[in-house]
Amino acid sequence: MKNAMANTSRSKSFNSSRWITWGLFALVLAVAPLVFQSGLGITVLSQMGIAIIACLSYNMLFGQGGMLSFGHAVYTGLGAYLAIHALNAATVGTLPLPVALVPLAGGLAGLGFAVLFGYVTTRKAGNTFAMITLGLGELVFAMSLMIPEFFGGEGGVSGNRVSSNAFLGITFGPPIQVYYLIAIYTFISVAAMYAFTRTPLGRMLNAVRDNPERVEFVGYNTQRIRYTAFIIAGFFAGISGGLAALNFEIVTAEVVGAGRSGAYLLFTFLGGATFFFGPILGAILMVLAFVLFSEFTKAWLLYLGLIFMFTVMYAPGGLASLIMMNLRVASFGRLRELLPSYLGLAMATVIGLIGTSALVEMVYHLQLNAAMGPELSFLGIQLMVNSVGSWFGAAAVLATGAGLFEVVRRGFARRWSTIQTFIEAEMKRREVTP
Amino acid sequence: MEFFIISMLNGLSYGLLLFMLSSGLTLIFSMMGVLNFAHASFYMLGAYVGYTISTFTGFWPALVLAPLVVGAMGALFERVCLRRVHKFGHVAELLITFGLAYVVLELVQLIWGRIALEFKPPESLRGPVFTLINHSTNGLSLLLGAVPPEMCSAADATIRVVCSPFPATRGFMMLVALVMLASVWLLLTHTRIGLVIQAALIHPDMVEALGHNVPRVFMMVFGAGTALAALAGVIGGSIFLTEPSMAATVGSVIFVVVVVGGMGSLSGAFLASLLIGVIQTFAVAFDYSLATLAQQTGLPLSAGVLNNTYIKLTLSQVAPILPYLFLVLILIFRPKGLLGKREG
Repeated sequence: MKNAMANTSRSKSFNSSRWITWGLFALVLAVAPLVFQSGLGITVLSQMGIAIIACLSYNMLFGQGGMLSFGHAVYTGLGAYLAIHALNAATVGTLPLPVALVPLAGGLAGLGFAVLFGYVTTRKAGNTFAMITLGLGELVFAMSLMIPEFFGGEGGVSGNRVSSNAFLGITFGPPIQVYYLIAIYTFISVAAMYAFTRTPLGRMLNAVRDNPERVEFVGYNTQRIRYTAFIIAGFFAGISGGLAALNFEIVTAEVVGAGRSGAYLLFTFLGGATFFFGPILGAILMVLAFVLFSEFTKAWLLYLGLIFMFTVMYAPGGLASLIMMNLRVASFGRLRELLPSYLGLAMATVIGLIGTSALVEMVYHLQLNAAMGPELSFLGIQLMVNSVGSWFGAAAVLATGAGLFEVVRRGFARRWSTIQTFIEAEMKRREVTP
Repeated sequence: MEFFIISMLNGLSYGLLLFMLSSGLTLIFSMMGVLNFAHASFYMLGAYVGYTISTFTGFWPALVLAPLVVGAMGALFERVCLRRVHKFGHVAELLITFGLAYVVLELVQLIWGRIALEFKPPESLRGPVFTLINHSTNGLSLLLGAVPPEMCSAADATIRVVCSPFPATRGFMMLVALVMLASVWLLLTHTRIGLVIQAALIHPDMVEALGHNVPRVFMMVFGAGTALAALAGVIGGSIFLTEPSMAATVGSVIFVVVVVGGMGSLSGAFLASLLIGVIQTFAVAFDYSLATLAQQTGLPLSAGVLNNTYIKLTLSQVAPILPYLFLVLILIFRPKGLLGKREG
């Protein structure tokens, strides 16, 4: 849960702060369903747990190994399929497997397929690796339509997690019991994946990302390091898929599709691939976007794409790096000066967003719901898509927001750079006079 | 025989369409090191913009104007977005084109809707360019243009006559691709700007020191690459389908082409495009499965085995995964691609 830098620099408070972080994480996992008690709340929380494991396992490749994969859904998806088949076999009685261990079957499946496919994909790094994972993803998705016995064709494969022989009263019938199973798996997986970053293999993986040539000189086989990391990531991806199979009790072919793989990449990056906790933020955002944001607007993928492009251009470290940079400013006691700028930026962004989304929603309304009349209710305002006034109004709001943003941004950039220079000077001074 | 010739030509024309796309992708990759994930999106934009222009001016001006418009969009994207993330490295460059692919797909659905458009090739391209007549006594003959129907049937029932027309649209596609290939080659090898581009490929710093504006050259190459994709889009969109999923269908195949041919190798991309085009076209045409093979060779199989899904799968059903299988095989046996030079 903490970034590596903070850990090494503050080795004195190392143990206590580590216990506090992990204790808090466990507490959040345990208490969250008591706060969000509604059915939707439990569903969303369960999906978040699943997504956290998936995004962290993706980041093991992307953030830690520098392997940009476009086909991670292959391992979560095939894990989900194997898990649902294992669940069905357990229900019939041919496989003596308790329901709580079904996700492990998914994990083993993910590991097995990573051993198989990883041998081909990890022969290459960089752009070629990205293209091969894309090709393998397409291959598996195309196969899913060809082999209905395993993939269940259009309808998918469904199962029933509620076992007849309840263990300590746990039947996994109510969603809350599944949530706690997911929470336990999430906690163990996150801890295991964090531990992996501290192992020699995890460190070598970072070295392979940063300077593969030098790693070869030191005497390591970069291909084998990538392959091993790929297999471990495949295992955790499979566990996430197995949990998803238990949670939804149905697995359809879209879980191995390119859209799912793209979502893992998008949200891991948005959360922040350079810090361990970044993908956790990304996973939370992903579930919120898929469950809640997609209810608000049909154009949500457009907004998502635009936000992603802006993040790549202006904040390549994602949300996590923004948080860490501001924490650094705060630790030097200079955050207060930036608050007015932040307030201004936020207001300008909101104004610009209102203008943009009014325009986008009006175009969508014309495109999709034209039969329902020209009226569109947007944030409580009635917009008429056939009147010039609505269009000009929205465009004017957008222009105002953009103009304000640029003005405030200039002032902010100036303050930000003065503070950064101050911090660097201060750090040098502290090094000289300890 | 006539089946073979027509399928071969169909495969080659599809392969040449793939090459129109992969050539731009390869050019951009070998120059800037950017794998343009949104290349197929520019192909789709070409089709849609071409459709809109053709409703005002007709097909032929659209064939010229749409690539120019989309090329300008590509250059603008390079100038505003891609150049800004260049300093973050190749992963960021790939990611921003990945984001662009999402945005373009959504914008296309926003502007033109989610259903397929009525984008048809012009009247002059609707007929066949030539017709092969296989006459069981007179043998194989070739006639230019359409053939009157009485030539395709014989009064005598014992004589078998089969007419196979080759559509003009396919011929036009091949012609455009070949002209494009020749002009790109001439531009790169025989003009001053081509020499600058080639030099900027290998020694960008030196070229810059000699007073050439290398970032502008990059912008032009990116614009030209996307314009080529848009040209392919106008042709492909009018011949096949203009719909929002057209980018996804062709997108992953051209990445396979680029990897199979060897990253950055133009001749490799050419070879791989033709190979994949021909393989896919032939596979779709054959309705054979392992079961029919067993029946023809007289291998006795039990009813249970014959009902097995894998045994029943026909070659045409397997066709969609053939490019990817080809990719995997190439990577195992020839990791640098067919004509690639560098190990990546």
